[in-house]
Amino acid sequence: MIPELGHFALALALGFAILLATLPIAGTFTGRLVWMRSGGSLAAGMFAFLLLSYICLTWSFLADDFSVAYVAQNSNSLLPVYYKVSAVWGAHEGSFLLWTLIMAGWTVAVAVRSKGLPLDMLARVLGVMGMVSIGFILFMLLTSNPFDRLLPMSPSDGSDLNPQLQDFGLIVHPPMLYVGYVGFSVAFAFAIAALMSGRLDAAWARWSRPWTNVAWAFLTVGIALGSWWAYYELGWGGWWFWDAVENASFMPWLVGTALIHSLAVTEKRGVFRSWTVLLAIATFSLVLLGAFIVRSGVLTSVHAFAVDPERGAYIMAFLLLVVGGSLALYAFRAPVMRADAQYDGLSREVLLLVNNVLLVVATAAVLLGTLYPLLYEAMTGGDKISVGPPYFNAVFVPLMLLLLVAMAAGPLARWKRTSAKELVRNLGRIAVASVVLGVLLPLVFTGALDLWAVVAVALAAWITLSLVQDTLSRVAHKGDWPSRLAAIPKLGAGYAGMWIAHIGIAVSVIGIAMVVVYSDERDVRMTPGDTVDVGGWTFRFDGIRPAEGPNWTADEGVVTVLKNGRERMTLLPQKRHYPVRGMVMTQAAINPRFTRDLYVALGEPLGGQAWAVRVHYKPFVRWIWLGAILMAFGGVIAAVDKRYRRLAERAVERRRIASTGDAPLAEGTS
Amino acid sequence: MSEHADTATGSMPSRASLFIPLAVFLVILALLWRGFSLGDPHALPSALLNQPLPEFALPVLHEPGRVVGSEAMHGEPFLLNVWATWCPTCRAEHAELARIAEEYGVPIFGINYKDNPAEARRWLARYGDPYVFSVVDADGSLGIDLGVYGAPETFLVDAEGVIRYKRIGAVDRRVWDTKLGPLLAELRDAS
Repeated sequence: MIPELGHFALALALGFAILLATLPIAGTFTGRLVWMRSGGSLAAGMFAFLLLSYICLTWSFLADDFSVAYVAQNSNSLLPVYYKVSAVWGAHEGSFLLWTLIMAGWTVAVAVRSKGLPLDMLARVLGVMGMVSIGFILFMLLTSNPFDRLLPMSPSDGSDLNPQLQDFGLIVHPPMLYVGYVGFSVAFAFAIAALMSGRLDAAWARWSRPWTNVAWAFLTVGIALGSWWAYYELGWGGWWFWDAVENASFMPWLVGTALIHSLAVTEKRGVFRSWTVLLAIATFSLVLLGAFIVRSGVLTSVHAFAVDPERGAYIMAFLLLVVGGSLALYAFRAPVMRADAQYDGLSREVLLLVNNVLLVVATAAVLLGTLYPLLYEAMTGGDKISVGPPYFNAVFVPLMLLLLVAMAAGPLARWKRTSAKELVRNLGRIAVASVVLGVLLPLVFTGALDLWAVVAVALAAWITLSLVQDTLSRVAHKGDWPSRLAAIPKLGAGYAGMWIAHIGIAVSVIGIAMVVVYSDERDVRMTPGDTVDVGGWTFRFDGIRPAEGPNWTADEGVVTVLKNGRERMTLLPQKRHYPVRGMVMTQAAINPRFTRDLYVALGEPLGGQAWAVRVHYKPFVRWIWLGAILMAFGGVIAAVDKRYRRLAERAVERRRIASTGDAPLAEGTS
Repeated sequence: MSEHADTATGSMPSRASLFIPLAVFLVILALLWRGFSLGDPHALPSALLNQPLPEFALPVLHEPGRVVGSEAMHGEPFLLNVWATWCPTCRAEHAELARIAEEYGVPIFGINYKDNPAEARRWLARYGDPYVFSVVDADGSLGIDLGVYGAPETFLVDAEGVIRYKRIGAVDRRVWDTKLGPLLAELRDAS
């Protein structure tokens, strides 16, 4: 009964989505306030039934109801309870239900936190989100129903959750990613609503900004978690593979980053409006395209789940409707770019435009590399190839270097116009200091110079020092030092967010460069008693012993790590066997520290007591993810800037005054 | 609608340029559609296509003492189905395999893949046995030679033992009607 209830709740949620997509927007045309106001309740109804549906699926997992095909394929009676809960999003159908639920959550959040929004604008935004939700819910009901039964031949036990996914990383990675992905639907809905109403102004940018920042922050964390998970769970010691599915999440992030910056310009200066709205559409389009790539099987990938042509065809039609429709609306309604001659050739506007262009070009390069196999297949009539890291690194790295160089100048430049002389004076000393640090730090710590290490340290210093310089110059008018320092917190949360996020970039850059340049790794054959030296540490293989978990058995290697002849720690890498799926998983043993990881993974048994053992020394690898956490933190800090709340309160106040004059639509109708 | 007025009075190129994103998107979509419809994404390139079945010597599930090789299957076109008791999708496709064996008289051989033979025999006793016989590939070695991704997979092999088609995933009515069935008919006509 419970699965049927879940299925029924899904159908009811579709009903609410249809009403949400039509009623409030119809209200804006007919001027019926009741219809316009219905958006919030309809969104709440949609969310409530999706939540019920989600709870029903979770219940089916907890109750081991293997007559439900999705449960039978992704759970097992021996699976620990926490993995039963997370297995709900372990494969296509359930993860899409979570995706849709999160989408509804965002819709409700917009409805709740919309005090300052004109009623007609809110009606349009919620309506657009309702339209997108229809597509998602219908997709589940038509092609990916998680409640399908396996009757009458229900298995007595399930075939277990994919062992790769039985892990903390999987519990948190997809939800974070989805919150980020569908969070961009809010920026998208605001953009479409603005195009519909023809009011594409600074106010629109101001409403969108906090939502976009938060979505971007979640996507950042989601991508970082995926990278971390791949690092320790796949047993390869890599942290980024330019895999099609990774690219699918990275492209919206790149364009979303451009969008955040472009929104800043549009809000502060009222320029680049068409461009910003296009970025908002592009970001969400890339989210949907990513969903298509992951869920249609059009590109084969280690991550791709749910290979199914029907689903692919559905998503294609959905893409055509949503993206094609939005871009057509854009083409007809976006303000034609006029010569907004309010800024100079050298100004913060222009530097932010450079940021945007570089990010968009980088996205296009990733998109090309991701889709190239398809292009190749279409041209050759069926041959398959794949595009790997050499291409991506070759195009991506130079673009990012340029971006990092420009990044330092952005905050220091002024709106409208910056004198080149002033900028050079400000940046000149920083440039010299950065190069000196770039050469000195690697030299002091490693005793050798490597080009990439120098470049990375210099760029990180360049970004950091310019931020410090910018802050100091902003408080320079305060006179003495104590009052200058006291003035720093008053620069605002938006400024602090920018600061932290940019520092995050510098931290990640250091991490990436150090791992690439100074990593040491060996694949060795070891019998008990053998040692190998990696990165200044000695690893001694002491043999294999059995280990056991709730639904697996393992060969556990005992590796003692020595430094200068003294035993410092024991690492226990495992080769786990999951009998239900007949799968073998590598569980790497990692000793993480702030400035280095020691990483040991078991390879294959080589006969006798010999094993292939993979030993890595990874300096600064944590910094890659630490940087991402800082970026996300910065995004959230900027989103909670009091400015947005004050603006909302002021708008409510204005409306109250207006409504006492019996003009509730003072800001509404266009 | 002052912008529209602008458009009419001479900034036409601007308005036209707003259509560029739409055009780019449509090109990408066409490309995706092409790549997508070019083939069944299940039909991954298999190095084994049009190659003879790899050599093997494995015990028969119901007669553990008897070890067979691929020549035991030759003689007429046949299906080779990779299955296991731990695979619910195999259970889902089981009825279709039974129907195919019954209605089309095509011999179906099984590879019991990474499984427990005793459970496998119970499973067949319970759900019916459409196979002429199944071989026991307990450690998955034949699976490796065949490039098996998971279960179920089904190979269409001609009378000489050459692999003609590989299906990854369950065989259902649609796959049979559009792919396997017609290919089998062709092979039968040819021989």
